[in-house]
Amino acid sequence: MSERAAPTGFTLRQYLICLSGVVWREGLRFLHQRERFVSALVRPLVWLFIFAAGFRQVLGVSIIPPYETYVLYEVYIAPGLMAMIQLFNGMQSSLSMVYDREMGNMRTLLVSPFPRWFLLGSKLLAGVAVSILQVYAFLLIAYFWEIEPPTNWGYLTVLPALALSGLMLGALGMLLSSLIRQLENFAGVMNFVIFPMFFASSALYPLWRVKESSPWLYYVCEVNPFTHAVELIRFAFYEKVAWTSLAIVFAYTSAFLVAAIVAYDPARGMLMRRGG
Amino acid sequence: MIPALAVRNVSHSYGARKALDDVSFCLSPGSFTVLLGLNGAGKSTLFSLITRLYAARHGEIDIFGHNVMREPGAALRRLGVVFQARTLDLELSVMQNLIYHAALHGIGPIEAHRLGQAALARAGLADRAKDKARSLSGGQMRRVEIARALLHDPRLLLLDEPTVGLDIKARADLLALVRELVQEKSLGVLWATHLIDEIANDDQVVILHHGKVLTADSAPAIVAGQGVANIGDAFTRITGAAREKLSA
Repeated sequence: MSERAAPTGFTLRQYLICLSGVVWREGLRFLHQRERFVSALVRPLVWLFIFAAGFRQVLGVSIIPPYETYVLYEVYIAPGLMAMIQLFNGMQSSLSMVYDREMGNMRTLLVSPFPRWFLLGSKLLAGVAVSILQVYAFLLIAYFWEIEPPTNWGYLTVLPALALSGLMLGALGMLLSSLIRQLENFAGVMNFVIFPMFFASSALYPLWRVKESSPWLYYVCEVNPFTHAVELIRFAFYEKVAWTSLAIVFAYTSAFLVAAIVAYDPARGMLMRRGG
Repeated sequence: MIPALAVRNVSHSYGARKALDDVSFCLSPGSFTVLLGLNGAGKSTLFSLITRLYAARHGEIDIFGHNVMREPGAALRRLGVVFQARTLDLELSVMQNLIYHAALHGIGPIEAHRLGQAALARAGLADRAKDKARSLSGGQMRRVEIARALLHDPRLLLLDEPTVGLDIKARADLLALVRELVQEKSLGVLWATHLIDEIANDDQVVILHHGKVLTADSAPAIVAGQGVANIGDAFTRITGAAREKLSA
């Protein structure tokens, strides 16, 4: 490993130590909060086992890409549930950042001499790693419900899609955490972010059905970043690339990330306006 | 000699409310400086600016000659901080907290373990390394936070009202530990407090009142300057005069 001093005075090895330290701490916290893991898993499974089973007959799905045959409704909503795990995880990270800020833990991170963008990026990657673990745990259970990709390669090809969608939703959570004044305000995130994002997307029903019933809702779904996270995952699970969704998710990720870094910038950020 | 901390003409506002008004003072390496002020004097705001949580609207802050905004990496790696709020992760063990902090300074886990054991031994907590932070008393948590703040061998230590909520013995132990460190390691210490009895005879004292520095000198010089018997009376007289001036 290179020991050459980086511009800020740290070597590449030290950057990796910092990154792995942040990921390690997030992993430990996750292991210690078993109820968080269980609830992250139970939520999509309730949708899968109860909602999808109940609506199987009501909500028929025609043959749309990437599917080449008629699929059961459970199969259709599985990618949406994977994205839902990541959406909740992103918001959970956001909640923990607000909590850390109120309790002071956030300061120990921000007072580190590493560049702030790197610290926030490390925290984001740590959250993404945890969300991917949760998704694979869900996929393991879903396998016994006969929800699986056409070949086992799908488990691998879905990984980069999960990484990118996790980054997008984590960056959105980070941005929200800089805007939320107090922990009590977090309930609003549930009502104004999680539910609208999830329901106004292709997670539960294909967009052509939405278009039939309400064209304006269709346009809302089309600009909803969550729709494209779901489609990216859906196609990747079937070893295909949804290029438009990939570009849109990439663009949203960059925008959320830049906005979050600006919000946490000491000179321009929101923290200053509130007095910490 | 380059000062451990130089604060020059720093002003800061939250909206219309001015929290700091043209604050200037210096802190020498190896000195114990008390930042004395009542609640709401602006101590925590000053700490937030020194630690770069947010940027000062006016003025400059240097740590060993490194400007906090222009060279944050070089400035912050020379700085250890104990915040007013407890910042240990209660779910992790004491040693895990130290290893996490070390990683945030680019120190690997093996080296962090070694440094952590030495730091805990100095703080009298060597046998608590594997215990969850949650199981420690308030005084022990503070000692761990000091051990943690010193892990990366900083030259300047900031402590923001570290004795709040501690009993008399824990307060005395904590002060003794930090004073020992100043002697042994020639550490510059900025100790924010509103408790007069935490000031020793040879300490430097900066009195902050309503966001302004009213005086910055050694405790004996402040007492002599005011012609009073002790630093408590001097503080009352100085802040009282400022209050009269403000209401006039």
